[in-house]
Amino acid sequence: MRKWRCLICDFEYDEAKGLPEEGIAPGTRWEDIPDSWTCPDCGASKADFDMVPA
Amino acid sequence: MSAPLTILGSGHAGITLARDLRKLAPDLPLRLITREDGHYYYKPDLSKAFAAGKDADGLIKNPLEQLVEQLKAEVLVRKDVTAIDPAAHAVQVDGEWLPYSKLVLATGADVVRLPIAGDAAAEVLSVNDREDYGRFRSLLKPGASVLIIGAGLIGCEFANDLAASGHAVRVVDIAAWPLSRLLPEAQGRALQEGLGKLGVTWQLGASVASLDRVGGSVEARFSDDSRATVDVVLSAVGLRPRTRLAADAGIACKAGIVVDDHLQTSAADVYALGDCIEVNGRLLPYILPIANASRALAATLAGTPTKAKFPAMPVIVKTPACPTLVNPPPPVAGSWEVTGTAPDLEAVYKDESGKPLGFALTGAATSKRSQYVPLMPAIHEPA
Repeated sequence: MRKWRCLICDFEYDEAKGLPEEGIAPGTRWEDIPDSWTCPDCGASKADFDMVPA
Repeated sequence: MSAPLTILGSGHAGITLARDLRKLAPDLPLRLITREDGHYYYKPDLSKAFAAGKDADGLIKNPLEQLVEQLKAEVLVRKDVTAIDPAAHAVQVDGEWLPYSKLVLATGADVVRLPIAGDAAAEVLSVNDREDYGRFRSLLKPGASVLIIGAGLIGCEFANDLAASGHAVRVVDIAAWPLSRLLPEAQGRALQEGLGKLGVTWQLGASVASLDRVGGSVEARFSDDSRATVDVVLSAVGLRPRTRLAADAGIACKAGIVVDDHLQTSAADVYALGDCIEVNGRLLPYILPIANASRALAATLAGTPTKAKFPAMPVIVKTPACPTLVNPPPPVAGSWEVTGTAPDLEAVYKDESGKPLGFALTGAATSKRSQYVPLMPAIHEPA
């Protein structure tokens, strides 16, 4: 499982945890999150996220 | 070279727009003019930097050189634009007129300062940019005491950050509970108690009458005649959109710069974005609305006119001592309905017909955000 970090505000999406409060189940892979999804903290788009090096 | 598209301001709005624009128009000549030093930082970090152990330089996310390279833009730093001539399509900098193709005002907001008596009133600090933060940090020694004027969003976030980083924090506000303009009393009390457990002292229902220097400290006298001795005073009583430059150029302004659904001002080829604008009669001094608006404006500026949408967007209050988020209702008559057990409270603001217009969640209830957002009306839906 990987983590992705918002380049604008540092919000982290952890695939293992998902985002249950936004209806994204634990284990949801980054590529399976819809392209219309935006960062819950700053509103940046998916394209503004980078994978966190393991 | 043709006149560049010009953005005034290098805050979150200006830089977000420049980034979005570059995705759509890689070769468009672009110029940014800023009165700051141009290093990019994320403004909401200012009120959580102490506990994160970050100094002013530690907040920089993209140094100027990197930003210039990423944005392929000319960035004029530490420059004040002194006038706009919308008819001539030019802005004045250092007495020189620089032409623009289109202009975007992303000039942000100034802090509001309350008039206070006493010889230490001029020493009151406010933190509205990275430079302010550096000054504040250099003056606030480890463990020092700080008086925060204002129990609004910024005041509460600083109270949490400073108390969590070992400072003695006192917050004064004329209101009866913190975030009184955003939260119903029960939730305000939950926040008050959460921050209280962290060591924050509250002085509510009072204002600062005077501030006087006594040796190495400041003596504050309050409207209820009580007194406190503190090391540093921080004012956080609100923001006022920077409209003067636009107003002087004849561009329509009310509380903020007035924009239409395309974020265009009353002047042709002049647009505005961020904390300096007002939308549908409301100011939106929050981070989230900028993202949507910026994407729409970037598309418009790149040649595809796109109306900016302002859907319901809850504001996250960065107070880990009592997690709080609020979708502020519009200024419409109504009342809050609160359920749950403190501090885990859910509140819905309903108008007189029972229609939900806003909501606020505290404590563990903040995890229920996605249940409420779909019920909320948009802040502004373009026609």
